[in-house]
Amino acid sequence: MPHRKVGFGLRGIGHAMVNGVWRLGYASRFFLLTLVSSGASFRRIHLTIREIYFSGVMSLIIILVSGLFVGMVLGLQGYETLQKYGSESALGSLVALSLVRELGPVLAALLFASRAGSAITAEIGLMKATEQLSAMEMMAVDPISRVVAPRFWAGVISMPLLAAMFSAIGVFGGYLVGVVFIGVDEGSFWSQMQAAVDFRQDIVNGMIKSVTFGVAVTAIALFEGYDAPPTAEGVSHATTRTVVTSALVVLGLDFILTAFMFRGV
Amino acid sequence: MERTTLDLWVGVFVVGGLIALLILAFKVGNLSGYDGSETYKVYGEFDNIGGLKIKAPVKSAGVVVGRVSNIQFDNKTFLAFVEMRISQRYQFPKDTSASILTSGLLGEQYIGLDAGGDEASLKNGDKFKLTQSAVVLEHLIGQALFNKAGEGGDKKAPAQ
Repeated sequence: MPHRKVGFGLRGIGHAMVNGVWRLGYASRFFLLTLVSSGASFRRIHLTIREIYFSGVMSLIIILVSGLFVGMVLGLQGYETLQKYGSESALGSLVALSLVRELGPVLAALLFASRAGSAITAEIGLMKATEQLSAMEMMAVDPISRVVAPRFWAGVISMPLLAAMFSAIGVFGGYLVGVVFIGVDEGSFWSQMQAAVDFRQDIVNGMIKSVTFGVAVTAIALFEGYDAPPTAEGVSHATTRTVVTSALVVLGLDFILTAFMFRGV
Repeated sequence: MERTTLDLWVGVFVVGGLIALLILAFKVGNLSGYDGSETYKVYGEFDNIGGLKIKAPVKSAGVVVGRVSNIQFDNKTFLAFVEMRISQRYQFPKDTSASILTSGLLGEQYIGLDAGGDEASLKNGDKFKLTQSAVVLEHLIGQALFNKAGEGGDKKAPAQ
């Protein structure tokens, strides 16, 4: 009977829609609750410092190594293309602009999501599965302000610092390949870069991007962990969802932010 | 983990991040205005500077001897007023001429200095007497078309 099948299909779409909106509302309330109860993460600053260590400092190696290699690849590829037009002196501005505007914030956020975001989700999901969060509530300790908020602020603080380091070491990688190995003129490499990169327009906008990504990635990781079904399978699914959702949200937000920041430049 | 080691690492992390930001601002970006070496200022007036930008190199015989530090439009003479900072190590005769040149077909524009024969050298605040403007592609094409049309008046242009 075809009309019944159509009914099932429609019901499926409706269910998915209602579920999605419900989840979005739950996530927003969770996010607001985190913001409201984040006083303790600054009053007891060592809670936040501990989390900065685990999500920021521990991500340093992957960020620095990836940044160096991304910069080196940009140097190689940029040189290959630019030398066809005899303008390899523009290599510096190409490397610096692509890193500071796009690659630094976006790649650092993607790496942060897979390195620190997944760890946050797994940790909180497991805390919930082993009823540590409920135990806290029993002891009149608010798990949101004790566990969730410090991790949130640690992510928001770490992300722009990691992105800045990514861009800086990437520029160094581009310099290494372009100037040291290939032999582009050092003076024009730096002077073209400095002429092209504007502090307000490029560097500050890049930082705004990375702060936004930090908020998004950490909030998604925390929510997925907090919302995970308290089973081994549930935690594993939540961890996967953190990485996938963070990647999609970061790329989508990046397009929106770029459209607002660099239109008509 | 020990509280103090943890604090130490986070301190290293934050300081490293801030240093990276400072590198971006001063070495990559254009927040710095001072490049360390001693310079003197000279000025040039050009009819047209084309695509010359601040921080473009000033070269003599292909060697970078200074940088363009400021570009303004003079509303009295209707000329572009270009300020250059030339390294104190290089001295040029007073009748040196400055011209705006392009490196490569699509490359950046720079100022080329051709040394003259005067005994006295350029000093801080001097002005170039001889300047040559940037070549504007449209003017060049216009001139070529004009010449072509002038030739075509005498004999019939070959049909294309």
